[in-house]
Amino acid sequence: MNRSKTNVAVGAFVALGVVALVFMALKVGNLVSFDSAEGYRLEARFDNIGGLRVRAPVKSAGVVVGRVESIHLDRDTYEAVAQLRIRPEFRFSTDTIAAIVTSGLLGEQYLSLDAGGDSLYLKDGERFIKTQSAMVLEKLIGQFLYNKAAESSGDKK
Amino acid sequence: MSHPVAAPLIELKNVRFGYGERVVLDGLDLSVPRGQILAVMGGSGNGKTSLLGLLGGRNVAWAGSVHVDGQDVGRLNGPGLYALRRRMGMLFQFGALFTDLSVFDNIAFPYREQTNLPEPVIRDLVLMKLEAVGLRGAAQSMPSQLSGGMARRVALARAIALDPMLMLYDEPFTGLDPISAGIIGRLIRRLNDAFGMTSLIVTHDVNETLRIADRIVLVSDGRIVRDMTPAEVRVSDDIFIRQFADGLPDGPVPFHYPAPAYGRQLLGGASGSGGADA
Amino acid sequence: MLDLLDRLGAVTLGALARLGLATLFFGAVFARTWRGLKRGALLVREIHFSGVRSLAIILVSGLFVGMVLAVQGYEVLQRFGSADALGSLVALSLVRELGPVVTALLFAGRAGSAVTAEIGLMRATEQLAAMDMMAVDPISRVVVPRFMGALVSLPILAVIFSSAGVIGAYLVGVELIGIDAGAFWSQMRASVDFRLDVLNGLFKALVFGLAVGLISVFEGYHAAPTAEGVSSATTRTVVISSLSVLTLDFILTVLMFRGLN
Repeated sequence: MNRSKTNVAVGAFVALGVVALVFMALKVGNLVSFDSAEGYRLEARFDNIGGLRVRAPVKSAGVVVGRVESIHLDRDTYEAVAQLRIRPEFRFSTDTIAAIVTSGLLGEQYLSLDAGGDSLYLKDGERFIKTQSAMVLEKLIGQFLYNKAAESSGDKK
Repeated sequence: MSHPVAAPLIELKNVRFGYGERVVLDGLDLSVPRGQILAVMGGSGNGKTSLLGLLGGRNVAWAGSVHVDGQDVGRLNGPGLYALRRRMGMLFQFGALFTDLSVFDNIAFPYREQTNLPEPVIRDLVLMKLEAVGLRGAAQSMPSQLSGGMARRVALARAIALDPMLMLYDEPFTGLDPISAGIIGRLIRRLNDAFGMTSLIVTHDVNETLRIADRIVLVSDGRIVRDMTPAEVRVSDDIFIRQFADGLPDGPVPFHYPAPAYGRQLLGGASGSGGADA
Repeated sequence: MLDLLDRLGAVTLGALARLGLATLFFGAVFARTWRGLKRGALLVREIHFSGVRSLAIILVSGLFVGMVLAVQGYEVLQRFGSADALGSLVALSLVRELGPVVTALLFAGRAGSAVTAEIGLMRATEQLAAMDMMAVDPISRVVVPRFMGALVSLPILAVIFSSAGVIGAYLVGVELIGIDAGAFWSQMRASVDFRLDVLNGLFKALVFGLAVGLISVFEGYHAAPTAEGVSSATTRTVVISSLSVLTLDFILTVLMFRGLN
């Protein structure tokens, strides 16, 4: 009698734990982030990756299609090399542009893939030919001022 | 397992044992024939409880040998020791009942742990043991609801659950009123004879001991100094015996713990453990 | 000076002796864990004792920690105009750190101390000795189920704590302050990874359960058999468990999350 009550309580306790875990998986966390064994790998090289981090999402037209798996620096070319893991159901043509963009003004940075029109598709381990580095605010402003100065000096002449 | 009936159940030879630097047993010889109730008496701290530890294999002798039913207790490994203990019962000083289990479950404990008996059989066995100590009515009580004497009887029922060949009693009368002590004493005698056990009682209750024991040994200075029957104790004018039987404070067993001379320590100031004030 | 060195030496030797004793004891516990596991009924009883009976304090604490996080987090985030990120702030703090750590600290105070006191009293009243004399191994019968109970209960409690915290943050952030519910949940899901955050947090809780469980049973089993001995063992359980949990948390955090941010 007493023991069965204990059993019921412990059973309810474990069930509550499972419910909490499911809550964690579906509502709080992102279980859908496919595990790393799945999908194929692509490589993208940039002059500057800015604030892009490992695990940042890879999006195409705003939809998440993969994750940044690793980032390292090429010792010879001084380019940043990002390894991407792309879900197997998505294919990208060889002339797809990989660009590092920011969500919002100060939000996190992610990798955007702008699909091209080529009929050849990138295969596992291949590299994006066209990439666009992260925009660095200081450089942008510097460029803007330089252009302004060039314009005004051009007007005077 | 075929020992001649004449072979003693317990045989200790020249046993030496102690804790750390302190030697409590030194050159102890003792042999107990089957079926006997032996009472071990002596002042506190004279190693009586250590003796029970040696017999149960909880203590290991520094020197000498301890044999129970022909087996050298000190040399037994884990399983061998547990096999021997299954044939021993021990009543602890205050019963040592499992406080989280009911009286019934306390006595069922050895059956559930050591046997594969079905629950209805265990129930009958438990009730039989409880009946033997007169507490069948208290089966559903918790240990905290029992008086000291009743708790001791329940513990006794638990200790004899597996029908041991040897029962060890650690101060079974301590803290009990004379009536309860008398009940326990009579139970010890009755169970010993009914189940053909051998019993060893460590105690300093002289009255109860004289009533139930077959033989009494007196331990002092780590060895056995007297070995006699209750009848002999009653009429003896031996100074050792009289000190215990009559409860005299001083005699061959000194009242004072060894200390420097009283007068010298009082007058000598800070030389002793007199206190911290300078 | 020599006096001081003498004291230091004595303390060091004492600590080493206790560490050796603990190592031997842990070895004995682990060696019997499998045998202890087969006694399902005993384990269920201990999960009830340390897990189910800690549920109330865990739920209430989790709820309040989540609510406080929401208030404080909102205060800071809204200065940067990113109050929408409240969900991810609260969830990450809870899942990675506060869930396992606070649960383990509460668990040490609530269940760990009780286990120590229980085993210590069993030793003081000779119940362990009686069991041993009945040829029943007290480590298999008494220690292992209590240790396993802590090991199983703590991760479950930690997940429940984190969930309660998220719900608490939702109540304050969305219902009270008025953050958009959609933003709250979507930001949370975008930043919390089940495997890297939730499962790593759960692993932390498992390690804490191991530590608190071992410390509780060790202190109880080796408590001096007096009222004073049991009470100081209980205190030691809470102090040593708490310090171990915080130290282990630092080490685990460095190992787990170093590469991520």
